[in-house]
Amino acid sequence: MSELDINDKVSEMLKKSEHNSAAAECYEKTFVRPEDEEREVIAPDGSIIKVNPIYDYFSGKKPTEEKPCRGVVEKFLNWARAESIWVLGFGTGCGSIEIPPLMTPRFDAFRFGVQMRPTPRQSNAFIISGYLSVKTLKRVIRSYEQMPSPKYILALGSCTINGGMYYDSYSTINRLDKYLPVDVYIAGCMPRPEALLAGFMKLKELIKDGKAEKANEYARNFDEYKANQKKIIKDWNMPDYNW
Amino acid sequence: MKEILDKIQAKYNLQDIAIQDNDQAYVTVGKDLAIDMVTYMRDYEGFSHFVMMSCVDWIEDDKLQLLYLLNSPEKKCNIGIKVFIERNKPTMQTAHHLWKQIWTYQRELREAFGIDFPGSPRVEENFVLEGWTDMPHMLRDFDTNKYAEETYFPREGRKTYDPATYMREKLYPKQPVTAKKNKDDE
Repeated sequence: MSELDINDKVSEMLKKSEHNSAAAECYEKTFVRPEDEEREVIAPDGSIIKVNPIYDYFSGKKPTEEKPCRGVVEKFLNWARAESIWVLGFGTGCGSIEIPPLMTPRFDAFRFGVQMRPTPRQSNAFIISGYLSVKTLKRVIRSYEQMPSPKYILALGSCTINGGMYYDSYSTINRLDKYLPVDVYIAGCMPRPEALLAGFMKLKELIKDGKAEKANEYARNFDEYKANQKKIIKDWNMPDYNW
Repeated sequence: MKEILDKIQAKYNLQDIAIQDNDQAYVTVGKDLAIDMVTYMRDYEGFSHFVMMSCVDWIEDDKLQLLYLLNSPEKKCNIGIKVFIERNKPTMQTAHHLWKQIWTYQRELREAFGIDFPGSPRVEENFVLEGWTDMPHMLRDFDTNKYAEETYFPREGRKTYDPATYMREKLYPKQPVTAKKNKDDE
């Protein structure tokens, strides 16, 4: 490719990028930020590469169901899973104030194999604490999908069950189970740390019985869940499945 | 406080003056003179601290009311400058050149009440809500209950009780209801 050709292409692309940077209208329509738009980029060797920043770094593959191992092996695995519940430390509402006392000597959740992790990649349990606004739900979905399977959700507080005292709010959702699969509900407004511990015990029972299979349910009904999520998250500017 | 008010009354044709306290007063001024007056109060009367800016929806009068609250650290007094603007497609002159933090207030008012401030930086960006497509949610004719019922999934079987009646029935089931009503009235 000669230098002239490249210059032509660069000027063309500059024109395009000017169009993008004045993207107030386009921002309103699609909610995709100008820098996240699909576009063409010139590589150092002069070749032209198509770039789609939202989808390039993530897998576009849908989640799949994981079949259980045979008999005793699955029982052993479930026992092991039940003894190491690593919680993603992500407070979504007022209930998250009840989580820090769990890690103090008074309640000491650590004795049950429960511990907090700073990132979704290292955790397998997600406590959705209290009311969940649409804006937070977006982050929650992203975090949940990044967690490795098998993963569990504990819904803490009445807001996640039926909307609680925020049932008529324009910005908080009413039922969490329409958007993400929930393993254990912990009712109350707010539940005490003891209730949360009881929730962990219940989750352990479910895992040991092989009934905590909500991650598989999410994979099975993926389209349905996605449709519900997209119904309320109108500025969907992230990958459909980001793991 | 009174001296200041006397001074500005003639100058800005104040429509309504409410002196709440020795150190607090609220005045209503016409839309065209409002930013002039805020500037004057800042530069000549020493009200150099911008406290906040808010909006009230007077749906019965078909008006929106903006409030600029200023504080004078030297004189230790507050003045609230109120402006009525039209409710249908409201616009207001921007004041971001006076204090930088007004950007943020104006962005918030644009999202919550739909008031446009032409020239205010980044005013069209999202403030709290993301991807909001409905009408501005702080206007009083926005029915939040109806919106929540249509948008989210209300759980069937959820009941709401009037707390006063419910507690009365629970705590004093034997007493007749009418007698207690009279008690409350007293």
